[in-house]
Amino acid sequence: MQRREFLQRTGAGLGMMALAELLQADSGTPNPLAPRRPHLPAKARSVIFLFMAGAPSQLDLFEHKPDLQRLHGESIPDSMRGLLVDEFKKNAHIMGTSRHFQQFGQSGHTFSDLLPHLATRADDLTFLRTLSTDITNHHPAQLIMNCGSPQFGRPSMGAWVTYGLGSESRDLPAFVVMTSTSGLGIEGGASNWSSGFLASHHRGVTLRSQGDPVLHVSNPPGLSRDMQRLRLDAVRDLNNGHRTATGDMEITSRIAAYELAFRMQSAVPELTDFSKESPATLESYGVQKEETRAFGTNCLLARRLVERGVRFIQLYHSSWDDHKDLNKNMTKNCGMIDQPMAALIGDLRQRGLLDSTLIVWGGEFGRTPMTEVRLAAMEKGREGRDHHALAFTMWLAGGGVRPGISVGKTDEIGFNAVEDKLHIHDLQATVLHCLGLDHEKLTYLHQGRRFRLTDVGGQVIRKILA
Amino acid sequence: MRRHLLGLLFALGFCYAEPAVDFSKQVAPILQRSCLSCHNLAVQSNGLRLDTKSGALAGGYTGKVIIPGNSERSRLIRLVSGQEKIVMPPAGPRLKPEEVAVLRSWIDAGADWPQGYALRVAQPTKPKHWAFIAPANVTPPVVGAATFVRNPIDQFIVARLKRDGISPSPETDRRTLIRRVSLDLTGLPPTPAEVESFINDDRPEAYSVLVDRLLASPHFGERWARPWLDLARYADSDGYETDQLRPHAWSWRQWVIDALNRNLPYDKFTIQQIAGDLLPGATLEQTLGTGFHRNTLSNREGGADLEEYRVEQIVDRTATVGSTWLGLTVGCARCHDHKYDPISQKEFYQLYAVFNSADEVNIPAPADGEWGEYLREWPGYLKKRAELVGRLEAELAPELAEWERRILEAEKKPGVDYRWDRQLELLGLIWEGNKGGGQLEGVYILKTPREQRTEAQQRRFFDYFLRQGSLVNPDKFKTLNVKEAVKQLDALDKTAPPLTMAPVVFENPLPKPNYIHVRGDFRSRGIEVTPGTPAILPRPEPEGGKVDRLVFARWLVSRDNPLTARVAVNRFWQELFGAGLVLTAEDFGTQGAAPTHPELLDWLAVQFMESGWDVKKTLKLIVTSATYRQSSKVRPDLLATDAQNQLLARQSRLRLPAEIIRDQGLAVSALLSPKIGGPSVHPPQPSAVAKEAFETPWVVSNGPDRYRRGIYTWLQRTAPFAQFLTFDAPDPTRTCARRERSNTPLQALTLLNDPVFVEMAQAFTERLFRERPDLSPDERIDYAYRTSLGRPATAAEVARLRQYFEAQRALFSKDDTAASKFFGWKIPNVTQEESSAWAGVASILLNLDEFLTRE
Repeated sequence: MQRREFLQRTGAGLGMMALAELLQADSGTPNPLAPRRPHLPAKARSVIFLFMAGAPSQLDLFEHKPDLQRLHGESIPDSMRGLLVDEFKKNAHIMGTSRHFQQFGQSGHTFSDLLPHLATRADDLTFLRTLSTDITNHHPAQLIMNCGSPQFGRPSMGAWVTYGLGSESRDLPAFVVMTSTSGLGIEGGASNWSSGFLASHHRGVTLRSQGDPVLHVSNPPGLSRDMQRLRLDAVRDLNNGHRTATGDMEITSRIAAYELAFRMQSAVPELTDFSKESPATLESYGVQKEETRAFGTNCLLARRLVERGVRFIQLYHSSWDDHKDLNKNMTKNCGMIDQPMAALIGDLRQRGLLDSTLIVWGGEFGRTPMTEVRLAAMEKGREGRDHHALAFTMWLAGGGVRPGISVGKTDEIGFNAVEDKLHIHDLQATVLHCLGLDHEKLTYLHQGRRFRLTDVGGQVIRKILA
Repeated sequence: MRRHLLGLLFALGFCYAEPAVDFSKQVAPILQRSCLSCHNLAVQSNGLRLDTKSGALAGGYTGKVIIPGNSERSRLIRLVSGQEKIVMPPAGPRLKPEEVAVLRSWIDAGADWPQGYALRVAQPTKPKHWAFIAPANVTPPVVGAATFVRNPIDQFIVARLKRDGISPSPETDRRTLIRRVSLDLTGLPPTPAEVESFINDDRPEAYSVLVDRLLASPHFGERWARPWLDLARYADSDGYETDQLRPHAWSWRQWVIDALNRNLPYDKFTIQQIAGDLLPGATLEQTLGTGFHRNTLSNREGGADLEEYRVEQIVDRTATVGSTWLGLTVGCARCHDHKYDPISQKEFYQLYAVFNSADEVNIPAPADGEWGEYLREWPGYLKKRAELVGRLEAELAPELAEWERRILEAEKKPGVDYRWDRQLELLGLIWEGNKGGGQLEGVYILKTPREQRTEAQQRRFFDYFLRQGSLVNPDKFKTLNVKEAVKQLDALDKTAPPLTMAPVVFENPLPKPNYIHVRGDFRSRGIEVTPGTPAILPRPEPEGGKVDRLVFARWLVSRDNPLTARVAVNRFWQELFGAGLVLTAEDFGTQGAAPTHPELLDWLAVQFMESGWDVKKTLKLIVTSATYRQSSKVRPDLLATDAQNQLLARQSRLRLPAEIIRDQGLAVSALLSPKIGGPSVHPPQPSAVAKEAFETPWVVSNGPDRYRRGIYTWLQRTAPFAQFLTFDAPDPTRTCARRERSNTPLQALTLLNDPVFVEMAQAFTERLFRERPDLSPDERIDYAYRTSLGRPATAAEVARLRQYFEAQRALFSKDDTAASKFFGWKIPNVTQEESSAWAGVASILLNLDEFLTRE
């Protein structure tokens, strides 16, 4: 309900003075997240980043390497050993996959039997097969992926994007984070959606799956929405008075934050109310099935957030850190995400939203073509793969990228790039480019230095641009 | 494939005879152009110099780079020819193949370097960074503004303002002043009576008396411990994925609160936390300080490498000490020489070596009244225990010995039998998990010869063996029914008399090798190092002696150390003005901000040291200055020139810290429990928040423990208390010298709707009626203002709230169930709709910007 309407409807004994002041506050409150023009023509309006925390194995999902089977049990060549930092990895033996691979669609993209649903969307996907990152520990690597640097305190991609573009939603936060898990949490936690040194309204707001989707978004017991409005009006008027007394514009920000809070109180329940979704839609996302409920709900919420103009949506699924029991764990995790993410792509396409929404899928690094050499993983049937930063796979779909193609080629066992080596900063530059942002111009002056998401690197991956 | 690649490498490395190389004409120009800018006398990247013969042949942190006569084994060649992960030079044009060939031939021919031939590099001489020069003994500038100046601080501030022709702001009104200084020194608002008594006290020393009273309040320690806990990344759990509990962590927090309250001088405060255990004849009190180091995270995840996580802890300790006391980002030099500050990677590992042999242990630290009861009850417990497991101890003695032997063997020779590797790993990781046991404490007991183990060590070790040691002889464990005994032992342990333990560190006499971790990886050993301090800073005493933790601690607080006092007074300033004189409180290095008032910073630092590092005295000096006492009203005349208020022509309006927002609400609503100290408590919060933490239920505390000050709230690292996070409490996994002050819709939702804040509004209402039952509505609004904000309400405010009250009461009168849902209490002689509408008024006050702000 709009403020004016509310006033007309309730007429709750407000004096004319207060009314005038109120209306002025409504139109005169500066919105720090007002939409801003991009540097370049934008292809995508929103981003949905499906972040696979813990790092899934590219070699058991997308990268079909017959030589991996052939060389199973052999040592890696010295040339490859030399590229590894960790001693124990150097002695690890090559490990074949127990998955079956098949090509799908006109694109001929390869998928393993773990992702039957995603495979049906093959021609919507664009693969980056030679991504690399700087570090093979989860937390710092997750920070590089999200914030461009392993250091704490840098803004995340979502924060940079809302800083650059603002938000088209007046009623919901510009950057929304949702999480789902098969057991273990996200190694890097909330530092992954930090606003760093940018203003705190750029920080990702988590939508929760238990209790209030946003903490305390429900009124206290007994307070109706009208009563809440009464309370807020009084808070605002008194705050306005204090702003006059102190001259502090920060009070304006507080008033704006209270107004957004109030709008969120109706926008969030509306967002999370699936009663108007068709049974077919709910079924396609797997919202009612135990296995797919968590990620399916988050995917459906992501679509609804896109429809409501939210700029950057990040879904975290954890954890893919399969040092051991790789087959068992990947079967479980893929079972949780495969159907929902395929449904998300299909649903966005059907609604004409895929062209303006960029979907990004991937983890903080990949996994080794060799077996894990620690303890439990050495038991038969419990094998796993270790962290691997030299080459891994991510895919994109939707706004701004050419569907059905791949960039980058790795060697026979998927250890390292042999063509088109890419870095995480290249991916970040490309995502920003699709949104109309020049990664070298999107900067923020902090402690005497102009910081940017891509740190000092990054080149737009032009080959995949639509 | 492997053979093929090897063949290729061989082909690349194959050399044919070259004519002799002329060093000065052929080699020197290559080094000069491509290497020298990073490898010279002043800049020795990776410890390597290539400007002199001795430097070049000595090599760097990873060892030799030139092996005369063998270019193939010379790392220099591998680096410049792209055979290593890193290529040199890292920037600028790479070496041409013919240049590499020149270097190869030169090395193969014996790397001849004419005696005394030194390459020169043009080095711009940079003046030493200000923070590395000892603070000057400055005389406060003489300024004319006699009416403004109250103490020398003001002379510095006024002198700087004069340069821009700005005049300071007048003193704020007395009501604002007492609320400001009360919140700043104790974190609690003044009571209405305290306000009235202060504004009616017209003695000239009234304010000074007030400040003395606040500094003497036991709440002072609670308020000032919090920023220290931020620096120490204090929490009540291990962190990482399993995030187990640390039920004794609070012992150190208590030590901090007590130390601040008894005004332990900052030099002693420092020494006891860094190395209290090493003081001659160290008391329990002094040793408890070392709990500072125990706030590192512990990884108890299976599959973790024991040494890897121990190293991680030492690195974290080194970095945290560096930023807490020195204000330097020494942690940046873990993987390579610091990019900006004069701290080499070698120096980082010298600091690391200072802490490397400090190991974790928990010691008894009986709380008040606990010891007597413990002494009385303990023998009884031991007797019952002996009845339960005495026989097992005897029967399993050979198995215990064998179990120990196999684990020690696995440590010496891993990879033989993974089951025993795993036993070792488990002993290191899960030892006294959820009891806050020291990382690796079990392994140390294992390594202590049996006859040297204390009774408690033996007992705890045997307890562990019973639970985890069946591998040594599963059949015997089954026959003796050890499982059942453990169950009974668990039950018995619940009846054991309580004894508070404290996490501390001790110096492990077993030597640990200290070496540079190449690229920050402890598995890649570089050259050996000895404990030491960065060369840019004055040397520790005694010159040339061994630098242990105690020597290091004394060095930190020596009069010559240019950083410690400055960093400390800057943080005091930050707490009292919202920003430090050095804005980057965490970084006094070359990338940090320059001080806005360098002379004032130096003067304060010198005063602080000369006062005997007297914290309360220094705080009093600051809060009694005219600068501190200025009005915080925003000055339109300064918006263009000093919007950030760096020149301090006024005070700043500061949104209160997360915990104080809660404390103040509890104080105003008269719910606050005045209890000081003790274990952490679990006030209510949404159950969904705690569910995010792995395996740790949030059992809400009962009675007064629901209403304790925020500093006592249990801090679970993976799911910190939600209200605190919403109001910018830092992530307790990293040291934090400076909190954010954000302004978000989530904060609004918390203050409006969080049941905790709704309860405060209810209790506040109840208080208003309890204390003054006979007031008119307008008078009650005024009284509510006095109680919450320490000032009377203006006529406009009374009118606005009266208007709200009437409207809200009208709505409630139409819906009585709503009214009782919103306010479930009964106030004598007040109708339900009226008391509920008053609770609405109360909640509005708790939401006001003024309430959340220290004016």
